[in-house]
Amino acid sequence: MSEYWNDIFGGTKSLLVGLGITAREFFKPVVTEQYPWEVPVMTPRFRGHIELVKNAETGKPNCVVCGMCMRSCPSGCITLAGKKPEGEKKKVLTQYELDFTKCSLCGSCIESCNFNAIQFSKDYNLASTRKEDYLFDLLKRLEEQS
Amino acid sequence: MTAPIRCREDETFVLNLGPQHPATHGVLRVKLTMDGEYVVKAEPVLGYIHRMHEKMAEDRTFAQFMPNTARMDYLHALAYNHGYVLTVERAAGIEVPERAEYIRVITVELNRLTSHLLWWAAFLLDLGGFSPLLYAFDDREQILDLLERVTGSRLTYCYFRFGGVYNDIDDDFITGTRNFIKRLRSRLPRLYHDLVTKNIILIKRLKDIGFVSKEQCRKYGATGPLLRGSGVQFDIRKNEPYSVYPEFDFDIPVYDEGDCMARYMVRMDEIEQSMRIIEQALDKLPDGPVRAKVPKILKPAAGDYYAAVEAARGSFGCRLVCNGDKSPYRLKLRSPTFSNLSLFGEVAEGMLLADALAFMGSLDLVIPEIDR
Repeated sequence: MSEYWNDIFGGTKSLLVGLGITAREFFKPVVTEQYPWEVPVMTPRFRGHIELVKNAETGKPNCVVCGMCMRSCPSGCITLAGKKPEGEKKKVLTQYELDFTKCSLCGSCIESCNFNAIQFSKDYNLASTRKEDYLFDLLKRLEEQS
Repeated sequence: MTAPIRCREDETFVLNLGPQHPATHGVLRVKLTMDGEYVVKAEPVLGYIHRMHEKMAEDRTFAQFMPNTARMDYLHALAYNHGYVLTVERAAGIEVPERAEYIRVITVELNRLTSHLLWWAAFLLDLGGFSPLLYAFDDREQILDLLERVTGSRLTYCYFRFGGVYNDIDDDFITGTRNFIKRLRSRLPRLYHDLVTKNIILIKRLKDIGFVSKEQCRKYGATGPLLRGSGVQFDIRKNEPYSVYPEFDFDIPVYDEGDCMARYMVRMDEIEQSMRIIEQALDKLPDGPVRAKVPKILKPAAGDYYAAVEAARGSFGCRLVCNGDKSPYRLKLRSPTFSNLSLFGEVAEGMLLADALAFMGSLDLVIPEIDR
């Protein structure tokens, strides 16, 4: 019998305590970030899709077309090509495409690169209903940035 | 609980719980044979999100499989990272620097906190309480921000590497973690226990509901909070210690009742224990490198290797068979929730539908991990 009364009085008290807590929280400041009015700043290690890095001196991509990133990618989302112009020692990048639909942002490509040629971008506002929008031509992107 | 389980076959009906149902938290389908409000038979149906992770491992190099591990249990991804990395390190005989081991423990335990907080929020949502979700997500968000600073991602981390971790942690992370623990410590008693644990409605919904005995746990190979809620003290971190766990002083919460409330309390106590581990690890954090020199393409010697870790839902085991090639010959992944779910059918028999859902919530199911 005492359990019965305990349930009624103890239970009612627990509900009132709960209501008190929610009432107090109600007047606390808002903690939700009001996206898109407030835009979050990405941390330096944020992983966006990859992008090419430009050589500060020459203005050309750092990439030497070794193909390590292509081979290390678990999903095969990188396609690159290069050619050796006449009279030059190094290969020059002619094509660098990223199929972002397959990418899982693991960073294997960036870790495998010995020439500091690729990095994570800070783009996160990516939304589209078309698949083609995620086939990035990174070489073109680099040219547009400069 | 007395329930009319035996009834005429033409008086029962079939109810499909899922594959798209908010209470199953993913694409789990449970075929329920019902007699009115009572469950006569419950059959979990799997296979809606099978992605062949084990098969995928066989045609990639060891390092290329890393991102897959995080996609299984997306709520405690770092433990899965850890389990896989441990197995490969055992196979290839790689020594991990001590600082890296500490960083692994800190991040895994932080990730365990997010997992338990999300379980708490989702479980209460299943039971019909909405506002606790917002408080738990507020806290969880703080951890995600901390982990994003070091790992670069918020949910499907790919942070551990063979022989260490991807990046070192900085002072901001350390002070941020200390502040967070202080904050969670102050919020736990009031926002979590006063508001929810002592609430009469929660107690009535969870006490003596979904009893799982020790024998049932043994029969189905259940692990994690489900096993510890049934009175068995088993935690891989204590029983088969790995990494630097033996250096920390922490307890394994055990409750004997075996009902939903016991499992709830085990997880709530684990939150406190995880905070203790993180604090000790931050105090003892040694200096030094965070990554050993490891060849880019690993070729472990032929053999059979196994390592297990304690994930938020139970023990996660990784069995690796190598034949000296650069990719695994076979990788068998033992995920805890698969075993935990298998006893659902037996226990749910004779329960009210609402109680069966409370029981399912207390199992803490993550479907992509059941269906790999």
